[in-house]
Amino acid sequence: MPISGWACCVAELWSAGGELRCKWRRLTSILCGSMILASCQEGPLDPHGPIGQAERVILYDATAIMLAVVIPVILLTLLFAWWFRAGNRRATYRPEWEYAGRIELIIWAIPALVILFLGGIAWISSHELDPPKPLQSATPPLDVEVVSLDWRWLFIYPRERIATVNYLVIPADVPVHFRLTSTSVMNSFFIPQLGSQIYTMPGTTTQLNLQADKPGTYSGLSAQFSGPGFSDMRFSLHVESAAGFATWIAHTRAQGRALNGTTFEELARPTRAGGELTYGSVADDPFQSVVAGRMTTHWSIKEAL
Amino acid sequence: MFGRLSWSAIPLDQPIVMGTGAVLGIVLFSVFLLVTLKGAWPYLWREWITSVDHKRIGVMYMILGLVMLVRGFSDAIMMRTQLALAAGHAQGYLPPEHYDQIFSAHGTIMIFFVAMPFVVGLMNFAVPLQLGVRDVAFPKLNSVSFWLTASGVLLVNLSLFVGEFARTGWLAYPPLSELAYSPGVGVDYYLWSLQLSGMGTLLTGINLTTTILKIRAPGMGYSRMPIFCWTSLASNLLIVAAFPVLTATFAMLLLDRYCGFHFFTNELGGNPMMYVNLIWIWGHPEVYILILPAFGVFSEVVATFSRKPLFGYRSMVLATMVICVLSFMVWLHHFFTMGAGADVNGFFGIMTMIIAVPTGVKVFNWLFTLYGGRIQYTVPVYWAIGFIVTFVIGGMTGVLMAIPPADFVLHNSLFLIAHFHNVAIGGVVFGAMAGYTYWFPKAFGFKLNERLGKAIFWCWFIGFYLAFMPLYALGLMGATRRMQHYPDTHWQPLMVVALAGAVVILLGIALTAVQLAVSIRQRHVHSDPTGDPWNGRTLEWSVPSPPPAWNFTDMPNVQHTDEYWHMKEEGVVRITSPGAIADMRLPPNSPVGIFLAFFAVILGFALIWRIDWLAGVGLIGAAAVVLREAWQTDLEVRVPAEEVAAYARAHPTPIPGSSGGAFDRKEVTSGEGS
Amino acid sequence: MSVGEQALSTGPGVPLSLRGPASVRVVAGFGFWLFLLSDIILFAALFATYSVLSGSTAGGPTAAELFDKTHVFVETMCLLASSVTCGFGSLAVQRTDTRSVYFWMGITFLLGATFLTLEGREFASMVAAGAGPSRSAFLSAFFTLVGTHGLHVSLGLVWLVIMLLQVTTLGFQPMVGRRFFAFGLFWHALDIVWIGVFTIVYLGAK
Repeated sequence: MPISGWACCVAELWSAGGELRCKWRRLTSILCGSMILASCQEGPLDPHGPIGQAERVILYDATAIMLAVVIPVILLTLLFAWWFRAGNRRATYRPEWEYAGRIELIIWAIPALVILFLGGIAWISSHELDPPKPLQSATPPLDVEVVSLDWRWLFIYPRERIATVNYLVIPADVPVHFRLTSTSVMNSFFIPQLGSQIYTMPGTTTQLNLQADKPGTYSGLSAQFSGPGFSDMRFSLHVESAAGFATWIAHTRAQGRALNGTTFEELARPTRAGGELTYGSVADDPFQSVVAGRMTTHWSIKEAL
Repeated sequence: MFGRLSWSAIPLDQPIVMGTGAVLGIVLFSVFLLVTLKGAWPYLWREWITSVDHKRIGVMYMILGLVMLVRGFSDAIMMRTQLALAAGHAQGYLPPEHYDQIFSAHGTIMIFFVAMPFVVGLMNFAVPLQLGVRDVAFPKLNSVSFWLTASGVLLVNLSLFVGEFARTGWLAYPPLSELAYSPGVGVDYYLWSLQLSGMGTLLTGINLTTTILKIRAPGMGYSRMPIFCWTSLASNLLIVAAFPVLTATFAMLLLDRYCGFHFFTNELGGNPMMYVNLIWIWGHPEVYILILPAFGVFSEVVATFSRKPLFGYRSMVLATMVICVLSFMVWLHHFFTMGAGADVNGFFGIMTMIIAVPTGVKVFNWLFTLYGGRIQYTVPVYWAIGFIVTFVIGGMTGVLMAIPPADFVLHNSLFLIAHFHNVAIGGVVFGAMAGYTYWFPKAFGFKLNERLGKAIFWCWFIGFYLAFMPLYALGLMGATRRMQHYPDTHWQPLMVVALAGAVVILLGIALTAVQLAVSIRQRHVHSDPTGDPWNGRTLEWSVPSPPPAWNFTDMPNVQHTDEYWHMKEEGVVRITSPGAIADMRLPPNSPVGIFLAFFAVILGFALIWRIDWLAGVGLIGAAAVVLREAWQTDLEVRVPAEEVAAYARAHPTPIPGSSGGAFDRKEVTSGEGS
Repeated sequence: MSVGEQALSTGPGVPLSLRGPASVRVVAGFGFWLFLLSDIILFAALFATYSVLSGSTAGGPTAAELFDKTHVFVETMCLLASSVTCGFGSLAVQRTDTRSVYFWMGITFLLGATFLTLEGREFASMVAAGAGPSRSAFLSAFFTLVGTHGLHVSLGLVWLVIMLLQVTTLGFQPMVGRRFFAFGLFWHALDIVWIGVFTIVYLGAK
């Protein structure tokens, strides 16, 4: 149930002060309806992994709790504003009424209670869904190293000794442990349908744990603006079955291209919309070199445009 | 000789910019010509440019904000149009090198050069009048503040035509904003214009805090201060505490860029995360600096037009000061996804929610002010009701994102964009428009056209929902911010609806200009002869509209909160007996503000383009202005008692039919001349 | 009541907050206090940055290797002494004793200038040894924090000269008295910041 769609509907209808004519009411409903449908089909509200699912529960629950306060407040506002209008002589005018202890108590208590509850959710969920926290699983995790380049994503499989650019392949139902860094500026690694994002920053490592439930294709992007090629910094996530994943590894290893110092330097040069690449072998430890600052890039004036 | 400046800095190959420049040039030239032909320069110089009167300065801030609203909103329309077009394989009409400047300029201008001037302008105009005093604590400094802000405005606009603007977003995170990745002058324009205007803002913070704490009418203890003054106090305390952090942070980035330091670079130990922390330690208080005065405006408006005192005054004051303190303890919620760990994230998430409590309390207090009232549906009340309804939605989405795991999927998405526009437009803009309409008659002696005012409200209200509700949906579909194009074509219809919303708001802005013109033409129809057009409750309504330079002929002796309302209730009219009126001693006009700003612009421009000798000129010129000022000994101008008495006789402030009943009007002669 | 204060005739039991606008002297002093608070927050941001970056030496010289505690001790004594002499100078201003003002404020100036000279020499020798501000983040933070303090001291000295000129040309007007008061606050505040600097930077050097 996409809360935003409903919230929008309520807002739309009430915002016009209840004076919508039939035609507008229909139009607004169509708009709201399409937004509801649209929100359902992709992104964080359509998660395909345990992290994303847990996060969606939080989104819905927190919104529902807050709507329980927000909707009455909005209704009361409109009700009071309408009933106590100057022309309405049936309303009691209380020109001296400016304080009531009981009301003050309730006024402070309601937000405080809601916040107490949501605060508990915030604390507990921060710990349960902390990105570096390993996922509960019988299967050992797959390690993937992520390097955000300008403006492409490099994925290194340190145990399998292969690497890909702008696409990522993982097996279903296996937790993936990401270690992330950047060659130049901050980016944010984000697969909306799997869950949490995490910043990638030069000279330092961040960690993230995600898992996909079943095979499929999803999209990923950078969620932290990083320069002129930012909008093209998209990658595909292909979730394969266990067998499919093993096949893909073997197939990739057979490919000729090697990721070494020279090819990495090429990769790191500012490139927009660079497309997908595959590397069948990985020399040394490029991820560590990036973290150690040995592969930092600078942009010329033209490249920065 | 000219540093990095050359003819190639002028973007001759960008038709939009050149076109804008041409139009702007023609408009400016026409204005200059008109003023010259009417011989109005001496008037402008004497009455406005060198004025140290808080009322004039407040008006100038509002004008600055309104003009920059046009520039900031043009950026917005361009962005919305680009996104409505650039779906799938389409690239739109703005390549990244332009689009990235446009969204950076949009944010920078809207926060620093629209919202801040609106809020500072309203506080400047209304606070001394509400406190029952003649002016702020440091009138000349006030002028300096305004002109420094204006110099920041000038530099930002200059970047459009000479050089470029930053392409980093409105907060210019390193490493992207370091020389290695932003080698052009754009980030330097950003940094220097904000350092200059930031200095002006800091001085305003010092000025207004001192005024509210040390300069109030006799008898006005803290519990008798109007609520707008309380929220202004909180806002200015935040300015004094937060802006130095901005200055320090930008100074460090400037040292990196100019002198090869390594605070935030990728080499030799620099730490970009430090910048993110510092900038948000400023950034979060900044949004409270903007919203608190808006809350104050709504408190005044709701109470006045409900014909009731504000419900829970003490509670409101407490809530305001709690918000003031807590706003320094939540900054990390702007970057939960940086990976600080569960304890840190959890702590800041909880603190962020706690700050929602006093905000919620305020909403309830406004509700109960409406309850039992006799509400008049003036334009400010439209803005107030629209605000309450809209702001609670924005607050809700904010509290939602304060839960770190929720933020993990919503950070930097269009959902975030929708949230902060929700509270910025629904809160700050609506508050500014309410305050503008509410205090306009006091400033100019006539009301704004009501029908157009309501139309403007509906344009903003409907336009806001059309423009930003789709963005909430898009954020939940995985759309991120600052995209120049996107592959998902089924997002396009929502982007088009958002564009439609922006166009509706544009209509509202256009109507604001129309309203001003029409109201000026109709000023005799809507004039305010009594000084109290709304049957107000606070002291600013007890003086004529517009007030004389000295505000109060007779400083009131305050006995209650809502003092003016009680004066009307008790039928008290303060008349000063002729013998008791003394000479008025007012601060003289001063050109120090505009002269300092002149050299500040030279200094800023020279530093941006690395023209050393010109920077020296700017620095020496500014120092000379300050030195000259140090030896100014004519600290006041005297308005003779006879003139003051004549003014008082010509502008009696009769009490309009206020509380309904007829009762004895007592006339009190007061011996307090001062 | 001192020069410039308006006569606010209200009863003895009336709280300060109800007496109406404060005098020019009080207002000016309060405003300057607020400015000083804002300046201290500026330093706080620089201190915080220094604390975070003090370990980021990028393979270059560390704090322990660079700092000479004796040198800093002499600088500190100069500055503390200048605060004492500034205090005597402020008393002279209140007594409107021109010669004492010149004398004590003159010594204050000399002590401040000595401080700056010593600090300048420390900076120069560090730069010459390849430990300039662009060598590492730690050094950037050091030079900026200590340098900003030094910049404030320099501006203070310029201000002091201007104040002595004002006393010469304008005499002891209320305006001049208020400005000397503000200068005194500024100078003592710089001392307090310096105590923070030598504690955190020099004594805390690892």
